Amino acid sequence: MHALLEPWRQGLVQRAFLELALVGVVGGALGCWVVFHGFSYSAESLAHALLPGLVGAALLGLPLVAGAAAGLAGAALAIALASQVPGIGRDASVAIVTTTLFGLGVLLALSPSSPPGLAGLLFGDPLGVTRGDLVTTAAVAAGALGALALVRRALLVVGFDRVNAAAFGARAAFADAALLSLVAAALLVGVQALGNLLVLAIVIGPAATARLLVRRMTPMMALAAALAVAGAAAGLYLSYYANTAAGASVAAALVAMFLAVLAGRAVTGARPAPSAGHPS
Amino acid sequence: MPDLTLLEADGLAAAYGSRVVLEDVTFALRRGERIGVLGPNGGGKSTLFRVLLGLLPAAAGRFRVEGRCGFLPQTERSRLDYPVTALDVALMGTLTRIPWWRPLGRPERRRAGLALERVGLAELARRSFGALSGGQRQRVLFARALVQEAPVLLLDEPFIGVDRPSAELLERLIRQLAAEGRGILLSTHDIDQARGCDRVLCLNRRQVAFGPPAATLTRAVLEETYGDAIVTVDDGDGEQAAILPAHHH
Repeated sequence: MHALLEPWRQGLVQRAFLELALVGVVGGALGCWVVFHGFSYSAESLAHALLPGLVGAALLGLPLVAGAAAGLAGAALAIALASQVPGIGRDASVAIVTTTLFGLGVLLALSPSSPPGLAGLLFGDPLGVTRGDLVTTAAVAAGALGALALVRRALLVVGFDRVNAAAFGARAAFADAALLSLVAAALLVGVQALGNLLVLAIVIGPAATARLLVRRMTPMMALAAALAVAGAAAGLYLSYYANTAAGASVAAALVAMFLAVLAGRAVTGARPAPSAGHPS
Repeated sequence: MPDLTLLEADGLAAAYGSRVVLEDVTFALRRGERIGVLGPNGGGKSTLFRVLLGLLPAAAGRFRVEGRCGFLPQTERSRLDYPVTALDVALMGTLTRIPWWRPLGRPERRRAGLALERVGLAELARRSFGALSGGQRQRVLFARALVQEAPVLLLDEPFIGVDRPSAELLERLIRQLAAEGRGILLSTHDIDQARGCDRVLCLNRRQVAFGPPAATLTRAVLEETYGDAIVTVDDGDGEQAAILPAHHH
């Protein structure tokens, strides 16, 4: 019992857990929509493309959230412009912009003239979370969850039958924009704790695991949020006792949960959800 | 004398980009009427529905709908792996009447429940949509169209991939809805089904004919609508009947 309680006596672990739990609740709930709407790649692209904004903020001494917001806005603009170039598909334009911006961010972060520690932006540092960060994350998480509740019906209609959604009062472009904006909000606050490379783990991992276990969206969102919080706690234990990087430990715990459920299904012979009928 | 017309199209045309795929469509749908929309694949049936639903702008002509259109799309468009129940799908029909940001209340749930009851699936309301049979799924989508509470219903090939009991239930329901005063456009490949409607609209990239089945479904009209797909068989009484080979999706 002592070993279980020991880490929580430290303020920085408590703050790290609160931060990860807040990001986990909003990331897990949003992740279910991301997974079912086929936006995992887009979400990952957003996360990677905001790196120059993060590095820029660190270099200028500005809040990382502000840098992330600027990075996201720049990435969205670049993707919109690149996709207008004739002869390049949307997929390819997203990939070009993402790799370009990510490369630029890495170049800036690892430049000899940059102060040490900027490479940490790639992997995050949940143990460095301040009370101010917690307040910001709580406000963004509450806003994102509220907005998700508002657009839920439209998302459901578009995801179910994208081709005919407009006949039922839901525009696919609106649903896509709403979902990606909410994902951007989650990345905005999640990137500080988990870093540019690992933040997607808390959005996609719990949702992918929950998808294997339940068949309805609302219970799936609740389960994904709970799994994200459990993964955060497990990762922090791992980090504390194995002396590993906290962000990477949380990501590892989330992936381990997915693999465990997958293995469990293989052993019990549970069948995956039917996938036929999806418009090609 | 009240105006019984629910939908009017006059010289309607549709195009995808510069390619015109349907033209010269002129017809009217009256309250309580069922119009069978007959035509081959690519003949313009679904395109006509898309224009009437406002999903595709009319390239020429005009149309007027009294109120809004309820819609039953082809069932193959729906995702079977999506995490929704039959009730969730029926509730999607509320989005055309209640703004997207407003949460649904008990009246909407009751309405969706009644629609599922009407298609004989009240007991399967909590069942995953993907776990239902093809016929049951079509009935759920029909319930969603009912929840839209529209005076005009557009049914896009409602009997494709549907088992016999479900088809009979849907046929009965369509007759009831017409008797209640709704106007129904029903696209089909089945000439016999079209004969059961009040009027038929034959399309093959343009309007070939429109009128009562007995006067409209002549050998000449069917040949113009379907071309080489028409075959002739002996119906046993020494008479020749024109039928279509099995539908080929």
